[in-house]
Amino acid sequence: MSKENLILEIENLVVNYELEAETVRAVNGISLSLEKGKIVGLVGETGAGKTTTALSILKLIPDPPGIIKNGNISVDGQDIIHASIEEMEVIRGKDVSMIFQDPMTSLNPVFTVGDQIAESIEIHEKISRNEAFKRAGEMLEMVGIPASRATEYPHQFSGGMKQRVVIAIALACNPKLIIADEPTTALDVTIQAQVLSLIKDLIEKNNASMLLITHDLGIVAEICDEVAVMYAGRIVEKGTLEDIFNNTKHPYTEGLFNSLPNIDDRNAILKPIKGLMPDPTNLPRGCSFAPRCDYCTDICEIQPENRMISHTHSVACSAYENPEFSIVRGSK
Amino acid sequence: MDNHRSKHKSIRTEKETSRQHRNELWYRFKKNKGAMLGLFIIVFLVLVALSADFLLDYKTDVIGQNLKERLQSPSLTHLFGTDELGRDLFFRVIYGARFSISIGVISVSIGLITGTFFGAIAGYFGGYIEEVIMRITDIMSAIPSILLAIAIVTALGASTLNLMIAVGVASIPEFVRITRASVLMVRNQEFIEAARALGVKEWKIIISHVLPNALAPIIVQTTLTTGSSIISASGLSFLGLGVPAPAPEWGSLLSAGRKFIRGYAYLTLFPGMAIMFTVLAFNLMGDGLRDVLDPKLKQ
Amino acid sequence: MLRYILRRIFLMIFVVLGVSFVVFFVINLAPGDVLSKIAPEDATLEEVEALRVELGLDRPIMFRYLDYMKGFVKGDLGKSYITGDDVFKTYMAKLPATLKLAFASIFVSILISIPLGIMAAKNRGSWKDNVSMVAALLGLSMPNFWLGLLLILLFSLKLGWFPTGGAIGFKSLILPAITVGTGLAALLTRTVRSSMLEVIRQDYLRTARAKGVKEKIVINKHAFKNALIPTITIAGTQLTRVLGGAVITETIFAWPGVGRLILDAVYSRDVTMITGCIILKSITISIILLIVDLLYAAVDPRIRAQFAKGGK
Repeated sequence: MSKENLILEIENLVVNYELEAETVRAVNGISLSLEKGKIVGLVGETGAGKTTTALSILKLIPDPPGIIKNGNISVDGQDIIHASIEEMEVIRGKDVSMIFQDPMTSLNPVFTVGDQIAESIEIHEKISRNEAFKRAGEMLEMVGIPASRATEYPHQFSGGMKQRVVIAIALACNPKLIIADEPTTALDVTIQAQVLSLIKDLIEKNNASMLLITHDLGIVAEICDEVAVMYAGRIVEKGTLEDIFNNTKHPYTEGLFNSLPNIDDRNAILKPIKGLMPDPTNLPRGCSFAPRCDYCTDICEIQPENRMISHTHSVACSAYENPEFSIVRGSK
Repeated sequence: MDNHRSKHKSIRTEKETSRQHRNELWYRFKKNKGAMLGLFIIVFLVLVALSADFLLDYKTDVIGQNLKERLQSPSLTHLFGTDELGRDLFFRVIYGARFSISIGVISVSIGLITGTFFGAIAGYFGGYIEEVIMRITDIMSAIPSILLAIAIVTALGASTLNLMIAVGVASIPEFVRITRASVLMVRNQEFIEAARALGVKEWKIIISHVLPNALAPIIVQTTLTTGSSIISASGLSFLGLGVPAPAPEWGSLLSAGRKFIRGYAYLTLFPGMAIMFTVLAFNLMGDGLRDVLDPKLKQ
Repeated sequence: MLRYILRRIFLMIFVVLGVSFVVFFVINLAPGDVLSKIAPEDATLEEVEALRVELGLDRPIMFRYLDYMKGFVKGDLGKSYITGDDVFKTYMAKLPATLKLAFASIFVSILISIPLGIMAAKNRGSWKDNVSMVAALLGLSMPNFWLGLLLILLFSLKLGWFPTGGAIGFKSLILPAITVGTGLAALLTRTVRSSMLEVIRQDYLRTARAKGVKEKIVINKHAFKNALIPTITIAGTQLTRVLGGAVITETIFAWPGVGRLILDAVYSRDVTMITGCIILKSITISIILLIVDLLYAAVDPRIRAQFAKGGK
């Protein structure tokens, strides 16, 4: 896996939110890389630090209180962490763009959708306002909205349509990398599938790459090539779709699968993960998942190291110190 | 029997939580430096106003003329100097606190009582009554309050009482609006429905359930309006439409000092400062109360 | 939109009728008798009564009001008891000066409040924020007649930069405009700040930043246009107070506007003049408020859409 082939490389990223009384440890040393043309899913519960990771890539962490404490991020070879605000303003929207979770609040209510799409084109492609607006119309057509609606305002669109507009904004300048933060969570189930396949088609058409953030394993199975599972600010398991789904190694990943209803065996009892995510202001020593883990032993007091299962598959679980260890699901 | 006891218990806990709630509000208020400063100035002014009669003899110290000492600059004998009739400006400003504070308080009471009464009725009953009250409010607020006050003073004649009435009446519309809005918010909540379902009389519901819960914005408005009423009242006095001479109302003092602004600037400086600090105190406290009572607004 | 404007004009007519009713009754129920002021000193009782009949003051107040309104619709608000001048014409002659002062004050207040409010919100909690907020609070607490006197003291008497009063040239406009504008500026600064703070947390600013929009534009265009909506509302509701407050300022600076006209009329108990001017001034303000409301719709497309549907 040569470096030139990487569109995104995150190394040992640490992000804290330093509040008056306490420090929220949102991201605690994650490393992640994304090959050109691939779609990687970043999976985990709410509060696992997925959105913080995503915002770090664009340096959009609200500061204060958010601070990138450590780590490296590079997008297509460009250093992000040390880039100035001006340099970031060139990267944002052009090289990397983002699709946000809630289309209801992501669009500015006082500008037309056409203007909002055109703005991005105008900034990055240095073309006239009129031309940019025309291009915005084409973008709308591309996401399945008649170009004539470019002069309308966000409140005149439905939720699904708004999300299409957000997608059009994100794709307006053919970015190399798209970060999609729960792009379908706020939508109706029927609309979810449409929007998802739209995103997938457009990514393929533009030859772009995507980091897809979601808590929904179904979506991951549908469009991702690789998966990283995040828990309490750390990546606990990482691998290809095949690795994660059919050769699950981490007890947390197993827990996620067990929480899903099984359509083939409706008599099977749902096995939700017991307990709650640890308080990010007060993380336990060692493995953060240990307090909720059925396989927990004394060894879990030590921070687990990443171990490679295969050249694509890695897991951070100390239980594998014991070569005999296997989780229930994996052994099936 | 059992039922009775549990009802009793719930009332007690309700009282306890409301006391707890009050303690917390007071704690938050104490932490707000501006609000505490405002409260301190207000308490100080009220004490000055109350004790002015004991400290000063109105006939000699406040309105007694002493032409030998006319227009003297501020000094240790006359802290704020003397006016064109040799009266000590410091004494007059001190005594003037009586006017500003009492005019502020009484005129706001007029606005508050009338405004909340009609506002609560409009908000609670809605429909035809609300329509009538709100349209009258619209009409009244279309007349700038100072002009409405001028009209009233013109009709009734310039006197302290009429000034209070004029300024008070002019502040009614805002109280009607704010009360109505907050009553509307409270009215549809479930505990009101519950009280109604229990057969509690309407006026009792308004007084004991709706108003207390709609109180926060009204309290804030009262404090802020006291400040602006003091400005309006001293403005009218400044124009000669308020407290008649020789009473040392701050606005009148300013208006008298204005004639001597060339050369005797202190005569305009001190009364104006007195007005400003008083109004500032009410504004500080109003802001503080708003932050305390409505944390959402602060953010 | 047209329907909305028509509706607003209809409501305005209703308010104007109400205002005229209230003002007419308040002033004419005055216990003081105008006649004592306008009748010659040596007039006999009979002569005074004759004058009363001549002026129509012997008739019940309701009839007098109806007569007044008959004239009103024709633009005839009667003649001054004192000078004999036509009330409407006199008002109209003084109106331009007042409007000039009003617009200059609004201009001054916008010039101060928008940059200050945005700066305060952007640097929330910093010394910049604190200084602006203290300044705004002082501005709100300062009676404008005192501020006017202080400005005269400093800029006219000490420095000699501006005249102490009158309306000769642009120079004489500056001090009165600052006097009236300061109160409004203080209020607007607070409003701009608090609405910016509300807007600054919104997701759509993050979207704008993610597009690569420059931070300055994110704040001054994307955020500010949204913050403008509540700002205009507040400015609108406070306009009445500010324009009313101009009455005293006009007196201090000997500004030849409506405010002084009204006060002169009050001092001479010129009842027709007072009544007419207060009614006309209220109408003027209602018209300005209507314009503010339309401006509001121009900024907020959601409201515009509501109008288009013919709703409220």
